Amino acid sequence: MRIPCPHCGERGNDEFFYLGAAGLTRPAADAQPEAWHDYVYLRDNPAGKHSELWQHAHGCRRWLVVTRDTRTHAVFSAVDATP
Amino acid sequence: MTRISTGGLIDRSKTLRFRFDGTNYSGRPGDTLASALLANGVRLMGRSFKYHRPRGVLSAGPEEPSALVELRSGARREPNIPAPVVELFHGLEASSQNRFPSLGFDLMAVNGLLAPLFSAGFYYKTFMWPASWWEKLYEPLIRHAAGLGRAATEDDPDSYDRAHLFCDVLVVGSGPAGLAAALAAGRRGARVVLCESGPLLGGRLLAEHTEIDGMPGPAWAAATEAALRDCPGVTILRRTTVAAVFDHGSYVAVERVADHKPVPDSHEPRQRVWRIVAKRCVLAAGAFERLATFGDNDRPGVMLAGAVRTYLNRYAVLPGRAPVVATSGDDGWRTVADCVRLGIGVAAIIDRRSEITSQQRQLAEASGAQLLLGGRIARVYGGTGLYGLDVEDAAGKRQFVSTELLAVAGGWNPAVQLACHLGGKPVWSEHTQAFVPGTLPPGMSVAGAARGTFGLAAALAEGSAAGAAAADGTGFAGSAPAVPRADDAATTPAPIWFLAGGRGKAFVDFQHDVTTADIAQAQQEGFVSVEHMKRYTTHGMATDQGKTGGVAGMAAMAALTGRSMAETGTTLHRPPYTPIAIGALAGHHRGKDFRPTRRTPAHDWAAEQGASFVETGPWLRAEWFTQPGERTWLQSCTREVNAVRGGVGVCDVSTLGKIEIVGPDAGAFLDFLYINTFSTLPVGRVRYGTMLREDGFVFDDGTTARLAPDRWVMTTTTANAPRVLQHMEFVHQVLRPDWRVAFVSVTDQWAQFAVAGPRARSVIAAVLDAGFDVSDAAFPFMAAGNFTSLGGVETRLFRISFSGEQAYEIGVPSAYGDALVRKIAAAGAVPYGLEALSVMRIEKGHPAGGELNGQTTAMDLGMGRMMSSKKDFIGRAMAQRPALRDPQRPALVGLKPVKAGDRLRAGAHLLPRTATHRIENDQGWISSVAFSPSLNSWIGLGLLANGPARHGEIIRTLDPVRGGNALAEVVSPCFIDPDGVRLRG
Repeated sequence: MRIPCPHCGERGNDEFFYLGAAGLTRPAADAQPEAWHDYVYLRDNPAGKHSELWQHAHGCRRWLVVTRDTRTHAVFSAVDATP
Repeated sequence: MTRISTGGLIDRSKTLRFRFDGTNYSGRPGDTLASALLANGVRLMGRSFKYHRPRGVLSAGPEEPSALVELRSGARREPNIPAPVVELFHGLEASSQNRFPSLGFDLMAVNGLLAPLFSAGFYYKTFMWPASWWEKLYEPLIRHAAGLGRAATEDDPDSYDRAHLFCDVLVVGSGPAGLAAALAAGRRGARVVLCESGPLLGGRLLAEHTEIDGMPGPAWAAATEAALRDCPGVTILRRTTVAAVFDHGSYVAVERVADHKPVPDSHEPRQRVWRIVAKRCVLAAGAFERLATFGDNDRPGVMLAGAVRTYLNRYAVLPGRAPVVATSGDDGWRTVADCVRLGIGVAAIIDRRSEITSQQRQLAEASGAQLLLGGRIARVYGGTGLYGLDVEDAAGKRQFVSTELLAVAGGWNPAVQLACHLGGKPVWSEHTQAFVPGTLPPGMSVAGAARGTFGLAAALAEGSAAGAAAADGTGFAGSAPAVPRADDAATTPAPIWFLAGGRGKAFVDFQHDVTTADIAQAQQEGFVSVEHMKRYTTHGMATDQGKTGGVAGMAAMAALTGRSMAETGTTLHRPPYTPIAIGALAGHHRGKDFRPTRRTPAHDWAAEQGASFVETGPWLRAEWFTQPGERTWLQSCTREVNAVRGGVGVCDVSTLGKIEIVGPDAGAFLDFLYINTFSTLPVGRVRYGTMLREDGFVFDDGTTARLAPDRWVMTTTTANAPRVLQHMEFVHQVLRPDWRVAFVSVTDQWAQFAVAGPRARSVIAAVLDAGFDVSDAAFPFMAAGNFTSLGGVETRLFRISFSGEQAYEIGVPSAYGDALVRKIAAAGAVPYGLEALSVMRIEKGHPAGGELNGQTTAMDLGMGRMMSSKKDFIGRAMAQRPALRDPQRPALVGLKPVKAGDRLRAGAHLLPRTATHRIENDQGWISSVAFSPSLNSWIGLGLLANGPARHGEIIRTLDPVRGGNALAEVVSPCFIDPDGVRLRG
């Protein structure tokens, strides 16, 4: 897979570290246990478009949100995780 | 000798000597092992996998399923190498495989008579009873009888390389279509990489009698290569097989840099794995001729008709006397034509069809062959080498024909493999009578025979167009390329061919000995889907991956089920295209170069002091320093502990992760990372902290010092240093980008040493430049500050203690680490290693690797009260889960044997004293043990259910693996100086 890093350009996936789903919101400190359980453990497993956190560990060290198709690996976008 | 007196792409001025099965032969430069053996009249080259059938060479390329040899000897011995791809070199040594005691007489051929036992699915059905015999008798017997070559048992003496290439257009294959594509793209200025698996460019042009632009095929290929070399952007990789296609234009190719030499030149890798990133790819991999199914179709002397042409034209070898050509269409007639041109008499021509062209009739007459239209092969004679055939004409009249060579033309299968690596399924083409590429990987186009286009002129046109289009697509537009000119008659594609009848087994997979009977059995037993059939019969699962027989097996299933080829389909093609040596994939990453070795700045000093080193992650750390007279590690370790507790020692702690953190929000950031509070820490102080994962379990621990209001330096464990940095980057960039904080790893920038023991302060005072006050009043326990040493070198000093003694950690920029440690040692500190460090931390009850195992909570480790309730931090919410707060969870305790001298063992289970040794009585485990010189006893740390409430209780420590069964007393994990008098001293 090749990932278009917004800072470094297109690079091979072996330069990146994979974490998991992007777009999760960390619950407030006093949130209900269910909210924390969802945040820590529950993940969607879509067959298709999926936004994920990848870190360009052997590059700029930035965390990126990479949106790709889990079936074809087609990358739709890669943006910095910091808004 | 069967060498033809003229022609061929061999150098007749030189002779190469080689050995096969201990016999000396000679060949010519340009030969392969297969062509040289054939030239020497050797037809029998191997024995088959299951039945030990005598086998010769079927093909002239990497698709070869039968002539597999062990190449070279000793440490360089390599099994299962197809003889047709081995370039002959002087001194080559090869031996046949899978025969006992010899190739000509193989006792194991009796397996052929036991065929009913070895039929499809035999693994699942036979040898089932009694079950215990499987391991002891059946499997060893089968493994002795079946199988192929032997790998070398010594270390591979060669090196392997990995390299990267980026290009606009990758062209796979240098046959007419590939050369035309590379030329069209290269002339437009695109960066082109052309990969050819053989040593010469040209593909089938080297094997066929053709003419392009008025030149013989090989000459045109050479001229085109010269033209490509004039294009500045073109890279030609010979002996390079593109083995795999990955996403987004990534390809893996293997270059056999030195396989054509006896041994690689000095400093030359044997093979090189290329990772090629290409914007476009033109697949021009050609096609594989497929075998036809008839009884005994595997006898040495039965060959693919196209391969016969390769041996005739490229290697000037006639593989057998008085050839018979059997063809299902026009293609076999090219073999007849080559024989006629070379003056080789053909014994018989069998054409599946009842009608042929007048030119073909003329050829038949010129060849002197008997012509049998609508005929078939009724019987094959010759076990270890073909000597005759019973052939039958359309009327059923049978006669014997004396021959040593049967050239079978049953049609060609496009080499679709690379087009399928991303999941695209080949589709059956009625017109082509073959599977052709279906959905292609993005950026790939296919040209020539790989696409099912079999004519030369058409292949050149397709290649030119594909190369030009690929260049266009990468921004290199231009006018239409000049298409090289060839005049070849259109041919009609040949259908898949069953020559029904005949005696003996009809093979559809030579390498795995799968016959049409096995396919029929799979069908009868319900394994009808080709994917099921493949796994049940192992059809197409050998190292050749069914390149010659795959489609034949599927056709057999289609015939049995009455379904069309399109309905039957084909199995999935996966990488690699041809086998790859594991060494090539590993590259330089093996042995001590498996990963980088990190040495601390004090490594050489430690080595001089007699250090024994241990790998901790990528680092080499000193375990202990053996002194004269010490015979065991424990003696060294105990001496080092005593030296520290009774005086002063020095330990290299440079491997601990060090992260420098700056910014106005650094305090808030640290409060969020650690369970305890750091923002309130005064400048010039250091604090121990514990980090959790978001799921509430302990992640890492260490100390963090505040060097200035907005500058902090954190230490992590050696093992977790990269992960902690990554975690901090995640927290900052993803969770709290609003915080004004920046941080960077300085692990490699600082050398750091622990100086510990009652005399530590005097050593530190001696090491620092003059004028610094490090008295307890000026620099108390948990102080941190900037000093200088070694004459003005920036020095960081932390008064922290892992050993429980009065102790400091002193750091200088890495370049000064060696000088500093020598000065520390000169001031009287005794070097101590990781073992002594570990003994002392166990004596003090500090958790480390055995306790920080990813399954323990802060509460488990006795640090529950460190968790701040006044702030949010990573892991806080999940750490509050009731099950994680259950006092019955195993929690940290100290363990001391009841009987003096009993040894505790890390990993031992903890059980109530009188409980039976059953898993339901398991209450925890020992996580760390040490021999404590201070207590003159083995001691341990363990995690015991409700442990902190059980101090004083006697429990059993059970170690079934090493036979340990000692009683131990549950005690506080802090064995020494529980009030911390020494460390504050």
